[in-house]
Amino acid sequence: MFDLVLIKVLFGTLLLASSSAVVGVFSFLKGESLVGDAIAHALLPGVVLAFILGEGRHPGYLIIGALTAGLIAHYGIAFIEQRTKLKSDTAVSLVLSTFFGFGILLMSYVQRTGQGQQAGLERFLLGKAAAITMMDLYVFMGLALLLLLGVALFYKGFQLMTFNEDFAAAIGLPTGLIRFAFTVLTVLAVTVGIQTVGVVLMAALLITPSAAARSWTSSLPRMLLLAALFASAAALGGTFISATLPKMPTGPWIVLVLGFFGFSSLILAPEKGWLARRKRATSNRNKTQRENLLKLLYGAEERAGEPVAMTADAMVDAREAHYEGLTMTLRNLKKEFLVVERPDGFALTDMGRSEGRRVVRLHRLWELYLTERLGMAADHIHPQAETMEHVITPEIEALIVKELGNPEVDPHQSPIPYEED
Amino acid sequence: MGKSIEVHNLTVSYHSKPVLWDVDFELPKGKIIGVVGPNGSGKTTMLKTVMGLMKPDSGYTEIFGQPLDKVRERVSYVPQRESVDWDFPADVMDVVLMGRYRKNNLFKRITKEDRRIATEALEKVNLLEFADRQISQLSGGQQQRVFIARSLAQQADIYLMDEPFVGVDAATEDAILKLLRDMKNEGKTVVIVHHDLQTANEYFDWIVLLNTRLVAAGPKEQVFTKELLQEAYGGRLTVLSKLGDLISDTEFPLREPDFKEDQPQD
Repeated sequence: MFDLVLIKVLFGTLLLASSSAVVGVFSFLKGESLVGDAIAHALLPGVVLAFILGEGRHPGYLIIGALTAGLIAHYGIAFIEQRTKLKSDTAVSLVLSTFFGFGILLMSYVQRTGQGQQAGLERFLLGKAAAITMMDLYVFMGLALLLLLGVALFYKGFQLMTFNEDFAAAIGLPTGLIRFAFTVLTVLAVTVGIQTVGVVLMAALLITPSAAARSWTSSLPRMLLLAALFASAAALGGTFISATLPKMPTGPWIVLVLGFFGFSSLILAPEKGWLARRKRATSNRNKTQRENLLKLLYGAEERAGEPVAMTADAMVDAREAHYEGLTMTLRNLKKEFLVVERPDGFALTDMGRSEGRRVVRLHRLWELYLTERLGMAADHIHPQAETMEHVITPEIEALIVKELGNPEVDPHQSPIPYEED
Repeated sequence: MGKSIEVHNLTVSYHSKPVLWDVDFELPKGKIIGVVGPNGSGKTTMLKTVMGLMKPDSGYTEIFGQPLDKVRERVSYVPQRESVDWDFPADVMDVVLMGRYRKNNLFKRITKEDRRIATEALEKVNLLEFADRQISQLSGGQQQRVFIARSLAQQADIYLMDEPFVGVDAATEDAILKLLRDMKNEGKTVVIVHHDLQTANEYFDWIVLLNTRLVAAGPKEQVFTKELLQEAYGGRLTVLSKLGDLISDTEFPLREPDFKEDQPQD
């Protein structure tokens, strides 16, 4: 069932996709995601010319044609940026559209002269892995390996040039050579990549794996590996889908799978992802509610001078708070032995009292800090302190106490309750 | 004693508008030197030109009496903290190790010795415990110390730092100052671009006062006078800024094509 050809095509696709993705990581980090797109579009006239001149599609001609067009486009963009006042995105669009238009023109010329092989040409627009011949496959696999080696060889240079180009130049690295190497690798990556997804969708293969990978890691080597993995998985998935379903192009499917990875990464990523941020928001809300309840009970005890109990209704009245989540918060507080439920309502345990005291202390300390250090009037500080009492960490608390010289009372002359030991 | 940096008749433009006019001075070795002036006075441009990052329209600079390329390994550069994207995927150690990169080890792996030197540098700026921390999670002061550690890892003789005191907390400021004094005691030269007059007198031994032209350069007692400070901070010379606009608008070359620079004799 697994014939050799299919395995070779799959393996080839895997290499092609991952090598483009690895090169794309640096474009992504440089904030030059669009440059890859421009180069991809700009390759079209080079590829078509190579097709005409090479009377067919020998991969050697294709690579030379693509490399030439790609380099001209790249240096064209750089030239326009340097010599005119056009912004970089304008220069990129200008080159992209002109080259691509020229490429399409050449393509329709080939089609009209009826060389009969335009089916082979069209695959450069949208990609078609299945149309790859064994000859192509070997050549492009070789190129893909070269790309991976190139990135490994230039790793330090690319890393430093992307992070801090001035420093690279200041320590005397050959920045011209590194930049040239990167351009050649990008053009080659695009040449390799358009075999699978085509010119139009190439940007996705360069950039989406990086965007997905960046969500999961903050280490450059791991990011390179992850980007390669995402691209490979998408290439395999896309090839498989288009091979299974009749008349389905490979490129769009690969790009769709990649897009799926990209968007799900944005949602699921730890810390920065949408889900993690929602969770954090919920947990902040819960923390605020539980600390407010403990503060409320502590305040009631402070006024009464003895332990008191409050019913849930009384809590809502006192804080003008809403019922939402109140029962659950109380249940959690009970579970953590911060409050006990008595017949007449909820009362603080020793542990809960200490926690409530901490919140009140932070509130009053922050009010004092605002009046002392920020020169705010005493009648303006309460709302600020209502938030900060939930934010201030023990470390910052220690700083405030030290800076204010162990204060005894807040601006409203209420005592600042320290822990008795 | 000898000179650390010499700047000869330096004119530099940005977008074909001169931002430094015929600046000429020499700096001593083994001192903490401040390059001081108001915003937009060309301090950073001066530093970048000395580091070969900007091409002068005329004039030249030398370090230890030689062109930069001959002494590069003895020169360390700390760019402005805000000139890089701190969201870059790297940890503190990765960045400090960049100080060990050289032209001749570009294609080689990082060695144990490089790691040892980087670790030492991190220790000097009190960031060793943060070695594995993502750089995006650092405070401004910590980021600045990472940059200084990277610079220390270069083991140079002269350090050029662009605004290392901007946006750092008091503790970092003290730590940097102490470090600078230690470096000076080891005979190193430190040149610092600095915009804050309040602290300049306290930090530096020697001061270069700039405001698109050289106002004064010398020991701080001689330069930090009311008259000179007023001259530096009293706005730009109207003639210079009008002329600069004119040159920029007409794209007029700053030297005639056949003009021969007095180049240093090797």
